[in-house]
Order: sequence, then structure tokens, then C-alpha cells
Amino acid sequence: MNEILFPTPDGAIMDRRDAILSELAAIASPGCLIVSEDERRAFETDAFTAYRRMPLAVVLPRTTEEVSALLAYCHRTGLKVVPRGAGTSLAGGAIPQEDSIVIGVSKLNKILDVNLPDRTIRVQAGVTNLSVSEAVSPDGFFYAPDPSSQLACTIAGNIAMNSGGAHCLKYGVTTNNVLGAKIVLITGEIIELGGEAFDAPGLDLLGLVIGSEGQLGIVTEATLRIVRAAEGARPVLFGFDSSEAAGACVAAIIGAGIVPVAMEFMDRPAIQICEAYAKAGYPLDVEAMLIIEVEGSDAEMEAELARIVDIARAHNVSVVRESRSAMETASIWKGRKSAFGATGRVADYICMDGTVPTGQLSYVLKRTSEIVASYGLRVANVFHAGDGNMHPLILYNVNDPADQAKAEAAGMDILRLCVEVGGCLTGEHGVGIEKRDLMRCQFNEIDLEQQMRVRAAFDPQWLLNPAKVFPLDGRLGANEIAA
Amino acid sequence: MMQVLAPETEAQACEAIASARADKRTLEIVGGGTRSGLGRPVRADSVLSTQSLRGITLYEPAELVVSAWAGTPLREIETLLAGKQQILPFEPMDHRAIYGTQGEPTIGALAACNISGPRRVRSGAARDSLIGLRFVNGRGEAVKSGGRVMKNVTGLDLVKLSCGAHGTLGLLTEVTFKLSPAPRGSGTLIIEGLNDARAIAAMSMALGSPFELSAAAHIPSQKRTLLRIEQAPDSLAYRMEALTGLAKPFGPARRLSDSEAHEAWAGVRDVAPLANSKAPALWRISIAPSRAAAFVADMAAQNIAQDHYYDWGGGLIWLTSGLDAAKVETLQTAAAQAKGHAMLVRASQDARAQLHVFQPQPQAMMNLSGRVKASMDPDAILNPGRMYACQ
Ligand SMILES: Cc1cc2nc3c(=O)[nH]c(=O)nc-3n(C[C@H](O)[C@H](O)[C@@H](O)COP(=O)(O)OP(=O)(O)OC[C@H]3O[C@@H](n4cnc5c(N)ncnc54)[C@H](O)[C@@H]3O)c2cc1C
Ligand SMILES: Cc1cc2nc3c(=O)[nH]c(=O)nc-3n(C[C@H](O)[C@H](O)[C@H](O)COP(=O)(O)OP(=O)(O)OC[C@H]3O[C@@H](n4cnc5c(N)ncnc54)[C@H](O)[C@@H]3O)c2cc1C
Repeated sequence: MNEILFPTPDGAIMDRRDAILSELAAIASPGCLIVSEDERRAFETDAFTAYRRMPLAVVLPRTTEEVSALLAYCHRTGLKVVPRGAGTSLAGGAIPQEDSIVIGVSKLNKILDVNLPDRTIRVQAGVTNLSVSEAVSPDGFFYAPDPSSQLACTIAGNIAMNSGGAHCLKYGVTTNNVLGAKIVLITGEIIELGGEAFDAPGLDLLGLVIGSEGQLGIVTEATLRIVRAAEGARPVLFGFDSSEAAGACVAAIIGAGIVPVAMEFMDRPAIQICEAYAKAGYPLDVEAMLIIEVEGSDAEMEAELARIVDIARAHNVSVVRESRSAMETASIWKGRKSAFGATGRVADYICMDGTVPTGQLSYVLKRTSEIVASYGLRVANVFHAGDGNMHPLILYNVNDPADQAKAEAAGMDILRLCVEVGGCLTGEHGVGIEKRDLMRCQFNEIDLEQQMRVRAAFDPQWLLNPAKVFPLDGRLGANEIAA
Repeated sequence: MMQVLAPETEAQACEAIASARADKRTLEIVGGGTRSGLGRPVRADSVLSTQSLRGITLYEPAELVVSAWAGTPLREIETLLAGKQQILPFEPMDHRAIYGTQGEPTIGALAACNISGPRRVRSGAARDSLIGLRFVNGRGEAVKSGGRVMKNVTGLDLVKLSCGAHGTLGLLTEVTFKLSPAPRGSGTLIIEGLNDARAIAAMSMALGSPFELSAAAHIPSQKRTLLRIEQAPDSLAYRMEALTGLAKPFGPARRLSDSEAHEAWAGVRDVAPLANSKAPALWRISIAPSRAAAFVADMAAQNIAQDHYYDWGGGLIWLTSGLDAAKVETLQTAAAQAKGHAMLVRASQDARAQLHVFQPQPQAMMNLSGRVKASMDPDAILNPGRMYACQ
């Protein structure tokens, strides 16, 4: 496995850095342009920390109009732009390149309007995911897509990545919960996609922009759907003697017509790591664990849990722990939600994100262990079982380049396996740079060319986040697009 | 007689489109032909029919997923799903009642037109359940996007883009939908005698409650406000009672019998209240619920609105009107000002050819949409003019 490549910086742009900085200074409002090396360093990478590149400059605009002026300038002068939210991308989506500037939306962080009767909220795109839910939680509402990074990540990043979370099984991912967005095109044109009403007229460009990883424009505002919270929520924890049994239990629950709010899976290594960190009372003598959450009134939850427990018993569950209190609920979830952090304390890791048909879960888990073992490394699995979105955490030592190369190679093998069994490379983290060179496993040239042609309808010069998503070779230039 | 091309395989569909492109011939895509009035009339050189592209290619009940060739009759799929107590979540409307068409609606047209129904408020539209597509673009190339798994963010989402494009970007050949378990029980409360504004307030209250309504509609001509909950029997009983309590400020609520409820919702879904109207125009207006009643009152005050009803808790207005150009323009301008959009769903061929069937959009959006269309269908041979005259 080779290092992930970055394009060679454009010498002409690098040579003009001083001129570019003064031109940017004329556009950016005071205090919004970052040029010093020390301050730029914070923007060198995202949560895919093995790679970093220092951008020419960083701008943190305060208004959509400022974003528009900046993009118009980039368009005019052929300057590349990497949009940025909070920089929590696990796929390297927000990593700059040396001949680019970063435009970050962190100062666009206001909640603009809460509309409870219509169950919508309008926000600037730099607000954090959690602050959206916090703005409406006193009224009993929440914003459904809840990535584990919700304390930090922004709605802009969520829209760019079409992020998901533990509760997406019932409530859908970002694309199912956004009604409208204001976006600035590379030309500086400001357009409104969708709005307050369902199913905007014309082509569904909003659906196209969501998940487009910052390649089509910069999102500055969004109108989101908010959902009334259920009367209560309660998890149950199951321990199994094999991953196969846990996988079969998940399939049987869905087969029985039950779609719980969340169905999270952890294997033995993940249980050990999370228990050591969170002291959640997880069973340490099982091979696999499920956390399944149901919602409703007390009686409703009792009834639903009873059905689920019956199904689990039919699948030889060895440990059943129903939460009996808010404290117990919190502790059950604490272990799961801190999984990445807890793993980070044990070792460096890379987090894979392939999705597989749920019927293939046990097979893929088994093969994953074999693959990682064949590179002499360890893996912990913690993921959204209900929708087959796997997160193998491959443990390695970041200071050992050989170890890193092995971890990356194992990760790529796992993703190829996900595609082979009918799944995909990424369920919620995005392609970024990480999976860019694997795109040909999932798509053929025609598929990719069609995507690139659509991309070019927005950004024919490849100025917006240009080194991401599509393999660097075989890209369509303006001429091929027109053909 | 117009030439009808009916490819039996995706490869044949590629050939048909590539050779049409080479000969500079345009194509009208036809599925079951049941939604013939939907969109602007297409004047094409040949018809490209999906009637021979049939068959279910994948059904995994435990994974809640079904795939089928685009020309597969919807009925065939729904029958199969019913055998495992599963459904397409978005409760697609049937256009046959308003168009008086015969024939069998196809699964491909559901995706092409992003058709949905009352359950859209809870479970989303067709676009939200469509997880994978194969289509043939205007170059005659077969393209894949999405797949069969529920969570997939790999590459640009051409699935969402194609859904609701009314066949102007490509011929959909195979579609994959995620499913949901059929509701284990369903109950509908009815409140009578509310005016529009009160009814919308009642629906907003109900949809904003923790009881997870699956539909809310108000039919002024019958003075009926309908609230539906779909849950397992025990839970349903509890929630119906709780909702009845919440609804007290709006008046007494009573539960419809199952057969009454079934009929009522099929009517709301298929526009039964207005299907037999003699009015020359039938509109579908998508709008924020809190603006809906004022919008209708304004249209009535200007002698534009004739009859109407609300679905989606007020977020969808079905409305009949006259059809002179000035009225149509006033209505679409008002819809835009209310941050909504209006689609002319039923009107004569001539009217649909001359007026804006889809809400006109700002120039920057039209330009961008035009570039996207060109990126999929560079010579504009697929369903020319179906959505906008210039495309
Ligand atoms: C075999 C046949 C021959 C016909 N010949 C004529 C004729 O000669 N002259 C005439 O005026 N009318 C003809 N019609 C009817 C005419 O085409 C109508 O206007 C009507 O049938 C169109 O129906 P529809 O496609 O809108 O309905 P649906 O088939 O329900 O389609 C609804 C919409 O979705 C699009 N669509 C459907 N399936 C797909 C798909 N798989 N991919 C992409 N887009 C899709 C359609 O183009 C249409 O915009 C014919 C219909 C059939 C079935
Ligand atoms: C501990 C941890 C847990 C996580 N858990 C989850 C999880 O459960 N589910 C999940 O889906 N993800 C998860 N993630 C991944 C990550 O948090 C999400 O991808 C998130 O949406 C990124 O948001 P951000 O604001 O940090 O965006 P960034 O990382 O700054 O950017 C992400 C992408 O968005 C683009 N972008 C940013 N702003 C804009 C804009 N204004 N306009 C256009 N494009 C823009 C960037 O160019 C980049 O491609 C996790 C990450 C970490 C570190």
C-alpha cells in the first residue's frame, strides 16, 4: 500500500502567495484572515491525522456575501479552495493542499429561526450538530442525525458528508432531515436549494449537494427538520457467545417487523476497551454485545422490549440487562459513545466505515479478523448493526511507518470485501482522500465519469476540494466533459 | 403511428438511446402510461417504453430491501411485500383517479416522479427510500449509483438527483428501495367542524406530539380533520387515547372504523375529494404548514382558488382553479412568496404546453439545472421539455 498522494502544488500559485494574501485581506472582513504559520497549523489536517498539508491561508468569513466574494475571487484567479467545518472528518475530507486556501464556516454559527409548528429550524451552517438539538430540547424536540462527534462537528460538515448516527435506523441520515440549504457556487453566485416546504421543484439539487463533500459549493445556511422526542427511551444490553448469534438476532428482530431506534454492535475487543474506560458494567466474558434501544411510554417500552428479549433468547443470548433507571441508561450508552475515544487511549487506530448487507455481517466480521490478523495487527468492532454500517477500528502505532502502511492496507482489504459482498466503501464518513483510490472497486469508469460530469456542472475547473473523492488519474477536464 | 421502442434488457436500452442520439431523435419515456398528465407534454420522435423491462431482481425481507426492473408493475411488488408484512414506506399515490387512465403504474415511474402520499410526513418521499439505481443516460451509457445497503455515501448521490427528474436525465432501468414493516395496527381520529387555520393548528399540535402520527389531513368540504397513528395494537390504543386528550381544545375527536379510515386515507392519497372536479386546473402546492391557510385564503379572495384540501399536516395543498394565464401567474408568484411551490398536476395538453407546469425557478437555478441536465443528457433527447420548456 502506497501513501495517499496529494497533487504537486502549483508553483505559479505558490509564488504568488504574498499577492494572494493581500488580495484576500482586501476581501475578508477584519479578523477573519489567518496567515501566520502557527495559526494555520490548526487547519493542516482533520481527524484523519496521519496526513497533513499547510494551506496558503485560512479565511473564516462572517456572512454568506463574504463567502461569495471570496469564491468569486478564487474563480477569477484559479485558486483552489478547501471548505471546512470543524475538521472532524475521518476521511481526510477537510485536509487542505499547499496551493489552496481553506474557507471555514466556524464563524457562521447562529441559529436563525426556530419554528415549532412547522417542526423546522433555520441555522447558519457553522453551528454544531449538538447545538441544534440543544436549541429545541427545552420544547421536547431534537435534530435526529446524531454523529458521535456531535459536540464538535458542524451542520456544514454533516451536509457535506451526509452524516449519520446511532439513531438513524429509525430517523434517517442527514439527507432525510434537511429541507433547504443556501449554497455559494464557485462563481460566487448564491442559490437557495429547497426551502421550508417538502420536495423542492425542479431537479433535486439539494439531494445532490448533500454528501458531495465540499465539491459543489460552500453551504452557508440550512433549514432542518426537527422531531418531537418520544416520551421515553430505554436500551437493553445483550451478550452473546458468538458474533454469528448476535448477527442472527439483529436480522430476526428486523424480520419480526420491529425497527428499534438503535441497534449497536460491539465485539469482544471493543467491549474490553470500552469497559476499561467507561466502567459501564459491560459483560467481559461474551464474544459480542448488542445495545438495542426502544422508545415510547413505559408500558410501550416494556412490551417492545419483551418481544425483543424473546427473540434474543431464541438466539441463545447469554446476558440480558434491561436498563432500569436513567443512570443505567446513561452508563450503557456512555461506553458505546466513547468507543473511539477509549480506543484512542489504547492505541492509534484508523476507523473503517464500509456498509454490508446485514445478512453478511457475521461473515464479514470473521473475514475482518482474519484480514487484520494476517497483517499482524488487532481490530475492534463497534458499529451500527441495524443498517450494516461497520466500523472496524484497526489498531496500530502511528510512529511506525511500516505499521501504518499495514493498517492502511488491511483497511483497504476490508473495504474491498464490503463491496464484494454487495455493500459499499463508506456508509457515513465519506470518501475524502482516504478511500479516493478505491472508488474503482465500487464504480466502473462510466459510473465515475458520469459523476465527474455532474461535478463539472458546478465546478468545471476543479477548484473546490479538488483532490478528494475521485482518483487523481483519469479525471475529466473541461474538454472531455463537453465531448 | 409513432415508433415504440421496448428494450428487453439494459443493454438494448443502451443501444436504443445511443442510436437515437446518433440520429438526433428524441425519446419520450413511458412506463405504465398511467401518469400521462403529469408534467409538460413531450413531443418526441419515438416512445421508449419500459414495458418489457420487468421482474423483481432482489428481495431480502430481513434486510428490508427490494430491487426490480423499472417496468415492473407496482402491484406485483406490493403483493410480494404484503406476503412478508412489508411495505414501500412512502404510500405512493395512484394517479389513475385524477387522470382517468388505465394501465398499471410501474415502480420506475415512482422513482422518476418522486411519488409519495400521506405517510410522507413520517416516512419521507420516494426519494428518501430510494437507495439504488441503474439508469441509461442520454449518451446511451448504463450508470450505477447507490446500491442495496441503507447507508451509503460513496460518491455523488445521483440517486437523489434522478429521483423526481421525470425521466429528463436518464431512463431508469433498475431501482432499489428500502422497505419498512407494515404497521401492525392503524387508527384514525376525526375532528369535525374546524376552519382551515384551526385545523392546521390541530394537525401541527398532533404532529409535534410524541405519538408519531403517520398522517394528518384536513378536508374543508367535508369539515373533517383526520389524524392517523400506526402502531402495534396495545400501543395504538394508548396513543389514540392520549391524542384524543391532546385534541380536546379543538373539539371532540372520535375514532373512525377501520374500513372508514382505510377509505378516507386512500381518498386523501389519490385526491378523491377533487378528482371529479370540473375545474380546468388542479394544483399540488408544497408549503410550510403555518403559511398554508393564509395562502389559500388569499387565492380565494382573488377568485383563483375554487376548492381545496390539505395533506401533510397542511404542508401539501391540493387546489383547483381556473386556468387563464394571469391567474396561474398570480398563484405561482404567491406560492413562491410563501416560500412554497406549485405544480400544475391536471390541465389540458395545451395549457400544460404553454404554462409553467413546475414552479418557475430563479435564473441562477435554471442555469445550473440546465448544466446538470447537459451533463447527463448532452443532446437533450430524453423527455424533452417534460419539466421546463427550455430543457
Ligand atoms: C406503449 C405506449 C405507446 C404510446 N404511444 C403514444 C403515442 O403514440 N402518442 C401519444 O401521444 N401517447 C402515446 N402513449 C401515451 C403517452 O405516452 C402518454 O402521454 C403517457 O402514457 C405517458 O405516460 P407516463 O409515462 O407519463 O406515465 P408513467 O409511465 O407512469 O410515467 C410517468 C413519468 O415518469 C417517466 N418515467 C416512467 N418510467 C420511467 C423510467 N423507467 N425512467 C425514467 N423516466 C420514467 C415518464 O417519462 C413520465 O414523465 C403511449 C403509451 C404507451 C404505454
Ligand atoms: C470521534 C468521532 C466520531 C465520529 N462519529 C461519526 C458518526 O457517528 N457518524 C458520522 O457520520 N460521522 C462521524 N464522524 C465523522 C465526522 O464527524 C463527520 O463527517 C462530520 O460531519 C464532519 O463535520 P465537520 O464540521 O467536522 O466537517 P469537516 O471535517 O470540517 O469537513 C468535512 C467535509 O465537509 C466539507 N465541508 C465543510 N464545510 C463545508 C461547507 N460549508 N460547505 C461545503 N462543504 C463543506 C469539507 O470540505 C469536508 O470535505 C466522527 C468523527 C470523529 C472524530
